[in-house]
Amino acid sequence: MHDISTHAAAHHGPPTSFIRKHIFSLDHKVIGKQYYGLGLAAVIIGMVLSWLMRIHLGWTNYAIPGLHLLSKNGAPGNIMTPELYLQLMTMHATFMVFFVLTVVPFAAFGNFFLPIHTGAEDMPFPHFNMMSFWTTFVAFCVMMLSFFVGDGPTLGGWTQYAPLSAVGAAAGPGQGSGPIIWALSIAIFCVGQLFGSLNFIPNVLDLRCKGMSMWRLPMPTWAWFITSCMGLTAFSVLMPACVMLILDHVAGTSFFVPSNLVINDQLQPHSGGSTLLWQHLFWFFGHPEVYIAIVPGMGIVSHVLITNMRKPMLSHRVLIYSMGALAVLSYMVYGHHMFVSGMNPVSSLLFSFPTLLITIPSTIIVLIWIGSLYGAKLRINSASLFALGFISMFITGGVSGFFLAQPAIQILLHATYFVVAHFHFTMAIAAIFGIFSGTYFWFPKMYGRMMNDKLGKLHFWLTFIGVYCIFMPMHYLGLAGNVRRYQAFVVDYMQPLVGVHQFITIAALFTGAVQLIFLYNLIHSRFWGEPAPANPWEGTSLEWSVPSPPPHDNFGGRHVVVYHDPYQYGVQSSTGDYVMQDSPEQVKSAHEEP
Amino acid sequence: MATTVVPPKIKEHRSRGLGTSGNGGFGNLVPSDGSPRAVQEYAPPPSKTGIWVVLAAISMTFAAFTSALVVRQGSAMDWHHLTLPRILYFNTLVLLASGVTLEMARRRIAVFMSGAKNLDLNPPRWLYFTMLLGVVFVVGQYVAWMRLHSEGLYLATNPNSSFFYLLTSVHALHVLGGLIGLTYVIRKLRRVTLRRSTLDTFSYYWHFMSILWVYLLLLLWMKL
Amino acid sequence: MARLFAVTIVVIMILSAIPIVRNTWHPVPDISTHGQAIDDQMSETMIEAGISFLASQFILAWFIWKFSVSKSKATKAGPAETLVLESKSFPGGATGLVIAAFVLVGAEVLALGAFGIKAWANIYFTPPAANSMPVQVQAGQFAFYFRYPGPDGKFGPIHPDLINEANQNFYGLDTTHDPDSKDDIVTAEMAVPVNQEIRLLMHSKDVSHSFYVPALRIHQDFVPGLDLQLHFTATKVGRYEIVCSQLCGLGHYNMRAYLSVLSQEDFDSWLKKEASLQ
Repeated sequence: MHDISTHAAAHHGPPTSFIRKHIFSLDHKVIGKQYYGLGLAAVIIGMVLSWLMRIHLGWTNYAIPGLHLLSKNGAPGNIMTPELYLQLMTMHATFMVFFVLTVVPFAAFGNFFLPIHTGAEDMPFPHFNMMSFWTTFVAFCVMMLSFFVGDGPTLGGWTQYAPLSAVGAAAGPGQGSGPIIWALSIAIFCVGQLFGSLNFIPNVLDLRCKGMSMWRLPMPTWAWFITSCMGLTAFSVLMPACVMLILDHVAGTSFFVPSNLVINDQLQPHSGGSTLLWQHLFWFFGHPEVYIAIVPGMGIVSHVLITNMRKPMLSHRVLIYSMGALAVLSYMVYGHHMFVSGMNPVSSLLFSFPTLLITIPSTIIVLIWIGSLYGAKLRINSASLFALGFISMFITGGVSGFFLAQPAIQILLHATYFVVAHFHFTMAIAAIFGIFSGTYFWFPKMYGRMMNDKLGKLHFWLTFIGVYCIFMPMHYLGLAGNVRRYQAFVVDYMQPLVGVHQFITIAALFTGAVQLIFLYNLIHSRFWGEPAPANPWEGTSLEWSVPSPPPHDNFGGRHVVVYHDPYQYGVQSSTGDYVMQDSPEQVKSAHEEP
Repeated sequence: MATTVVPPKIKEHRSRGLGTSGNGGFGNLVPSDGSPRAVQEYAPPPSKTGIWVVLAAISMTFAAFTSALVVRQGSAMDWHHLTLPRILYFNTLVLLASGVTLEMARRRIAVFMSGAKNLDLNPPRWLYFTMLLGVVFVVGQYVAWMRLHSEGLYLATNPNSSFFYLLTSVHALHVLGGLIGLTYVIRKLRRVTLRRSTLDTFSYYWHFMSILWVYLLLLLWMKL
Repeated sequence: MARLFAVTIVVIMILSAIPIVRNTWHPVPDISTHGQAIDDQMSETMIEAGISFLASQFILAWFIWKFSVSKSKATKAGPAETLVLESKSFPGGATGLVIAAFVLVGAEVLALGAFGIKAWANIYFTPPAANSMPVQVQAGQFAFYFRYPGPDGKFGPIHPDLINEANQNFYGLDTTHDPDSKDDIVTAEMAVPVNQEIRLLMHSKDVSHSFYVPALRIHQDFVPGLDLQLHFTATKVGRYEIVCSQLCGLGHYNMRAYLSVLSQEDFDSWLKKEASLQ
């Protein structure tokens, strides 16, 4: 009797050399940790860039010490020029959206835990998996390169709207080499993520161990599966768009640049292209991308909450169906980024309806989470606090989306700080809280050591209050008509708002400093944390049935057989109030089958 | 509700006769009685799912290019009809023929791997034919580009030429990638370590390249 | 700690709601004929969103308060104390919540969507009046320039190759060879007569820009290569601002023009003055 997974997964023996163990590793766990490290580097860069932006927004003429080191011409006398502000803003968003929010919840945690959750020895194509990390790493390096080439990075925002992004150096500083490097880096990034989907999807469909039906997979695995399906279709549309953008720059084509453009009195040589085409292609990717950023967090939050509530969710399947509905609907709503773009106003109305309807699965998910809390005995620790925080943030972010889903209201709120508030609540806070929750929860398994829970709770408290102080006022700024992507507020009607910006800046710097607690906790625990048992949280899914950290082949040669649904809590068993998925023990559960 | 352990329902391994190597599994993940709890003894090799993932990604890429072409055509009055170089039709036949030689290779390999001692089969030969035809296709595409060059049509000359070069070269790059995969398959075959799933995966990819090419040809013919 | 967290949530939500209820920060007052529908839509949405927001956060806080277990119990308790053996499930279970989501949220969003169509249609699906006054606006890095057709009522053709900022030929007009251009009036500020419908012709010189006039409840991107048209009527005399809201380069933050809504006589004298400056 053989275990399917050892034959189906490309069986590879434990590595011996240092390079094979830590650098070019085929082990999904090492790859997951490498992704986490990449995400950590990216989030530090993204945060520092945001501090520089915020200082400038509050105090426009302030000379920030050392700023001239960041850019050749962008900060004479350490005072940030308008173009440097836009460049920092573009890089902030690019690093955060791509290299943090797509990488950590999905590639980092997913790579580490998906094979273990399915009971497999590794991902099905370990070489492609290794390539997926290193390709992403190359994309990261290429993006970093843009700081050092020519006038610096592109200043067109992470959305890189044409023709600003396509006409070249004429359009301003950073537009010569900047967009080319940006598009090249992103195209490479897309390839890296596709290699990831190539591993995730067959793992879930083909490498599940004996007894592991699809419905018995834990929530994060469903979330990663749905996310990789989205990634598959979204990234493969962004890549051709980037290719065409590069061609417009270097080959003189006119995919996105129309005729008769005059910049600096010079007639541009392009003709006939469509600027809206870029927007359609970009947002067809862009909207699923934001769900790629949030859905893994939803899976992680469900997982963490269930373990700490000691009872399963009201319905496992409804949560999964709702995440699936989000994924499907996400392709139909992308035009809500383009309501006033000049596309046919009828299309705006057509896009607004699915956008409003997508509220329904989001609401169902939140209601199931809250409803499942009823009757629970929720344990409070760092992981569960961040999971609860996620729910609060997601509610706030979701409600602001309600406004933005309506074209008539976007007349007032489009391109204002209201939008900035909305996407920061959902992505910058909720998704990051999902990452924090996953980190506190899974760190013991990944590194064999416990994180300091006291510091974790302190981190939580200060961050929770801090982020509300930063981003809640942005809604008010948006209502007052404060336009986004402005490096300073010279417009008359925005003058009274500068004080609010200064408040936000102080909150941002404070909250940023608080993250040092997390960084310290990570590093200290990694080397000096209390050794972790195999199952510190008394969890039921397969990752808790293996040592902390797991051996090279995850299950130590054991043939895993799964007998239960993933969240058998609230039962009377020999281990306590739970029974592990791979335990043959028959138990009586008080809870109805979902 | 009591959770009991149900004895695993084993799916019987259907013998598929001499033409199979016995390697590889079944396409169904859910047994015929519909219950996802039943356990399969054999799981399909993940490369079967993997190749569909790859083909889905490539399809979306070309769908994006197609929609770009359609939108671009409508966005300005500068669409200049481009007569497709005649060699494209020859290249099409070459690529389709390579699909035929690939299928012939697969049949022979299946017989060979299942243990038949008929040395006359020479399975690598038909793979070499496939490779040759693949190379001829790529060279033929290059000839088509040169033909357009001689007419003064370069990448940025007009939108039609832009899309022609873009679509044909992206497709040719994927065909080159396929040829690299074919080298790998041939190498494995010569060492008699070729897995059925590897060959199947490659075949799906290669046939998809033909189907994709026929689609592109039609698109270029209709739109350009 | 759970209780403290619950209280914190409640406090933060109340503090967040205060500026909304007190209308501390609000859009610039509306001076347009079509803006009321938008403002009504906004109020309606704010009420519904506000109720959903507060209700869900408060219930979350309440459940955290009620259904968390204290630290000592959680870490040291044996099976008996922290077991959730009684079937204490949310009444109605998942089914009830799904139905609630579909019915309540579904009805809410569809209603808002349906009512919002009217506000949108007022702007985009009504044709301009026959006596609307045409004004052209050109957006370019980093300023708006406006053009009035002059007594002949016709705009002369734009020659992109003749655009010359130094010579202040912002539109690339050829007044020598194009008779229609001779009487065109190009200005850096926009002025319109009060209660007169304006037909705005939007043209971009270079990259994407946007025409955002909060007071007029107008927000429309310029599309390079595509000339768009909007119409509006201003109902109150005053001086307002037009700002660019689509990132267009380093001067984006500074791309602003003034809109003066004037009485008919004041407008006529303004136009005459501008014409003499051409």
